[in-house]
Amino acid sequence: MISIERSLVTPRWQRIALPIASLFIASIIAGIVLAVSGHDPIGTYQQIYDASFTSAGALTATFVYATPLLFTGLAVALAFRMRVWNIGGEGQLYMGAVGASGVGLLLGGWPQPLLILMMMLGGALAGLLWAMIPGLLRAYLRTNEILVSLMLNYVAGLFMYYLIYDSTSYWRDTTSASALVFPQGKDLLPAADWPGIVFGSFTMPFGFIAGGVFAVALLALIRFTRFGFEMRVMGDSSAAANYAGMRTRRTIVTVMALSGAMAGLGGASQIGDFGHVLDPRGLQQAGYGYTGIVVAALAMYNPLAVVIVSILIGALTNAGFALQGPTFPIGLVGTMEGIILFSVLGGEFLGRYRIRFGRAPEPAPSVDDEAGAEVAR
Amino acid sequence: MDSRADRVSAASAESATAGSPPAVAAVGVTKRFAGGVVANDRVSFEARQGEVHALLGENGAGKTTLCNILTGLYRPDEGEVRVNGNPVRLHSPHEAQAAGIFMVHQHLSLVDSLTVAENVVLGWSRHGGLGFSARTVEAEIEEIASRYQMAVDPRARIWQLSLGERQRVDILKALYRGASILILDEPTTVLTPSEIEQLFSSVREMVAGGRTVIFISHKLPEVFAIADRTTILRRGRSMSTLEIAETDARQLARLMVGHEMSFDVHPRATSVESEPAPAVPPVLALDGVHVRGDFGIDALKDLSLAISAGEILGIAGVSGNGQRELAEVVAGLRPFSRGTIRIGGENVVSGDPRDAINRGVANIPEDRMGTGVSPNLSVAENLILKSYRSSSPHAGPMLLMRQAEAQATALMARFDIRAPSPRTLVRQLSGGNVQKVVLARELSSGPRLVIAASPTRGLDVGATEYVRSVLVDAAKQGAAIMLISEDLDEIVELSDRIAVLYEGRVVGVVDAATASYEQLGLMMAGATS
Repeated sequence: MISIERSLVTPRWQRIALPIASLFIASIIAGIVLAVSGHDPIGTYQQIYDASFTSAGALTATFVYATPLLFTGLAVALAFRMRVWNIGGEGQLYMGAVGASGVGLLLGGWPQPLLILMMMLGGALAGLLWAMIPGLLRAYLRTNEILVSLMLNYVAGLFMYYLIYDSTSYWRDTTSASALVFPQGKDLLPAADWPGIVFGSFTMPFGFIAGGVFAVALLALIRFTRFGFEMRVMGDSSAAANYAGMRTRRTIVTVMALSGAMAGLGGASQIGDFGHVLDPRGLQQAGYGYTGIVVAALAMYNPLAVVIVSILIGALTNAGFALQGPTFPIGLVGTMEGIILFSVLGGEFLGRYRIRFGRAPEPAPSVDDEAGAEVAR
Repeated sequence: MDSRADRVSAASAESATAGSPPAVAAVGVTKRFAGGVVANDRVSFEARQGEVHALLGENGAGKTTLCNILTGLYRPDEGEVRVNGNPVRLHSPHEAQAAGIFMVHQHLSLVDSLTVAENVVLGWSRHGGLGFSARTVEAEIEEIASRYQMAVDPRARIWQLSLGERQRVDILKALYRGASILILDEPTTVLTPSEIEQLFSSVREMVAGGRTVIFISHKLPEVFAIADRTTILRRGRSMSTLEIAETDARQLARLMVGHEMSFDVHPRATSVESEPAPAVPPVLALDGVHVRGDFGIDALKDLSLAISAGEILGIAGVSGNGQRELAEVVAGLRPFSRGTIRIGGENVVSGDPRDAINRGVANIPEDRMGTGVSPNLSVAENLILKSYRSSSPHAGPMLLMRQAEAQATALMARFDIRAPSPRTLVRQLSGGNVQKVVLARELSSGPRLVIAASPTRGLDVGATEYVRSVLVDAAKQGAAIMLISEDLDEIVELSDRIAVLYEGRVVGVVDAATASYEQLGLMMAGATS
């Protein structure tokens, strides 16, 4: 008989070795898939590497994809760590984009540093409020936040469409010539463009730097503050948190709000760093909110690891677009992402558990009979 | 104690009346578990066809283990099970059911979203194959239900039913599948008094039809109401089998609770009496408290208690009679619906653990790993689980872990917590050390009231002694202590007074110095006179 049991101690080296080994295994499996589908694995990997990092403008493009993933990844890492299942990063990002573009349009004449700050605030606040809906419902009415936050993604998506396509809202461009042919959002003024930081041919988006700062801040919040302590206790054992007199509802709402603010900042960076216009279609096709879940899971919900993983997944997404063509379907890129995710999560599982061969000892009941009944259930 | 004589006489009475072999019998059954726990030690008993046979015993007496052997969940290490006189080897509940043995557990095995009829045929049907004619099955169920007076709508979905009705469905399921021997595991726990009456008349109908019912209980009045004979289990052994008509509550209580050691010494009883302080209100006073339990039935009814400073009040009772709810309601972990709870003369807020903590209530919970600690956090972090809000290891919103770890090192020395470092995760500690972490946190805050629920359960001798001495010390320093335990020896040894809980009420408070085991046993089994 094969049984799986939990190993008590995870050695420190395992935490670094496991993801690396998992990535290696993933690349072998993906290589087989590539070979079967008629592609040269080594050549493809070389192409991916070039398209992500070395060819002209590749690194910049990688960071364009990595920036929103960094924010949505942080949003998920924060919430999931506390076992608050915020699947609504997608919708919170949309609302953040709506908020930031609205502020950008409204305060277009302000000095640039102040305008950028206000756009970030607008995006964060919009995402925060949107995330409060499932947060409050979960905390006070015990609804399932997975369902509520997921459904609200569609509501937010439709709301964005309504602003641009179905109404003459403040966001919609009703004057320019092209807008008369096809509905589109108003372009922001140049002052609302977030300045990238240029290193030679590589431009680091402002949003990515801000995201890095937030990652460090979140880590400090979790590790060094009383609120972070409450979060960690609640994430580990909600019974113990309640027993210790912690205000669990308030903590849930706060965590949800912070998570929504992170995703909302992702939306703001989409406006400020790249789009400069509210583009419902582009945002919805990118699916940054959902990919953020993958990023956070691969980073094992550690904010600093999210920074690195977001670059890796950003690189893969970027390479996917570069490779995509008649001979290389986009689905193959998704397949490779999936293989990596499975390998890393599987590696983490095997790190936490041991597989034993041979008959498992019969579970001993504690002193009373109740454990016997437990087995019977 | 004349248990041996009882056993012999019962056995000889058995062989005298033996016309047909007993419907089901356990012969010399022994079951050991990893860690040296002997749950059943040469247990023997026989249930005749057409009788209600009660298995009577305290928690941990081995009743459930025995029934798990009868239903094929466990295999005995020694001894055998006989059905109609033939030895059988049961390897699974499925095989036991093929032999006609069915068990209705306390926690029912039904699928909420399916109908009654669907649950009854789930995984097994009279008609074989995969086909399922709802109408036929519904008609069959209605027929069985009316024969045994167990009204239930076969088309209803389980989630629409009360707990009593759900239990009926589980029993119907067994009857539908041809149960000849039906084991009911403490079936009255979730029932209202009128539902209990109904269940009993159904049971009488079943045995009149030639079935055998094994009725597991620790409540004497129920055993007298329904059983023909009873086998008493104590600490894994079968004490004796008695005809209900020929015994009385006193004898059964003695067999159930009885103890080998004699306790003439009550070290605590005399020491505290010296200074009477009449004007001071008791530290804890409950007055007419009602508490809703998990099953929606009142777990505590009109309960009143008081504990003074420096006093240890033992709460005795068979578990499931409201002890857990009592501990939770005083700790603020469960709201109360009526009555008042006062700590130091002031009313507490119902269901607010922080309020209780702020009033100086320390809580050593029954489920120490699930509730008392956060297992994936370090020893130091667990020691500040409550104090992080109020005392020194924080500055504004920041948590000063270095300070917390220094405090933890001191507490680890004072409370003899054996861990490699304050950063060790609590889940890596042994049970005794986990309990010491809880004790260190709860008692180092200088509490006014200490709730200790089964504080020594599962601990080795050394840790048990340590935990007891720490509790006695806390009382000497003036804390009021509510000691909840299923271990009667522990309660008698440590307490000044003993309150006995039965079905959510205090059935009596006795002075520990003068209490007898027989008197306590009778009260615990609900046989107050």
